Amino acid sequence: MAVDKFPVESGHVMMFARSIGDANEIYYDEDYAKSTDQGAIIAPPTFVQSSAQFDPDYFLRPKIGEEWFGSAKGPTGITKKKEGGGGGGGGGLHAEQHYVYHRPLTVGDVLTAENKPGKSWEKEGRRGGKLMFNETVTEYRDQNGELVITATGVGVRTERPATSGDK
Amino acid sequence: MALKASEVKVGDTYQEEVCDNLSRTQIVQYAGASGDYNPLHSDEIFTTEIAGYPSVFAHGMLSMGMTGRMLTNYVGDGRLTYYGVRFTSQVFPGATLTAKATVTEIREENGDTIADIDVSTTDAEGVEVIKGKASAKLDP
Repeated sequence: MAVDKFPVESGHVMMFARSIGDANEIYYDEDYAKSTDQGAIIAPPTFVQSSAQFDPDYFLRPKIGEEWFGSAKGPTGITKKKEGGGGGGGGGLHAEQHYVYHRPLTVGDVLTAENKPGKSWEKEGRRGGKLMFNETVTEYRDQNGELVITATGVGVRTERPATSGDK
Repeated sequence: MALKASEVKVGDTYQEEVCDNLSRTQIVQYAGASGDYNPLHSDEIFTTEIAGYPSVFAHGMLSMGMTGRMLTNYVGDGRLTYYGVRFTSQVFPGATLTAKATVTEIREENGDTIADIDVSTTDAEGVEVIKGKASAKLDP
């Protein structure tokens, strides 16, 4: 995700921590966080994934005034026929995710995210059909230009829906 | 409280149940927080009729996030230097997941003591849904 400005905000960190079922006070209670060796509210290890919220072009968020491919009156809101079309629906699946932490991410940080292309490869699926893997490396830097997190994501596109256990 | 080098050894394990009967609503909650509104995770009609899956399923990143909670509870806050996973099976509503850490190595790096950890999250049937590794700084 390429993002010019990703402010790490306390309300967002609290909602993210709730969504992963994490009741750790260091994610929402400023007084508690100050009493720890971290000294401030920090973000959970996978929080930078929510930089999607600050990517103006993120394709898995409905855009104002545009058709959305999820259901509405019909099973999909896309009324115009598009060329090609994805096999598994929704632009492929997430196969791997890796994070290298250079320092803890803290509320108040303002990050930028820059994408670097990674490797691409193909594999034959267990139930037939090609699996196409594509890697993206994202560097998250803070307000001083210092690297905070290096994220490597691997997406997979399938020729047919990947049912449970077929990876 | 962080894990202390003096109290950890290779082969140590730690595990937590990270979700019990995963609800569609929690998946929606994760969509709202993360910003990933892919209908495959919340829209049963699209997912079954258009995409051809048996049901909506959890974001891989939700399983990774819940598994990360087990890790930070084990190693302490702000200690991870690396956390990476492969999503080995889809997680459907109703899943009960247990995440487990196994210490595989303790080593020195730039003056820090680092524990390398194997990470595995399995469902109630024993199917592995997350397979990964993590590294964490240990307190002296």
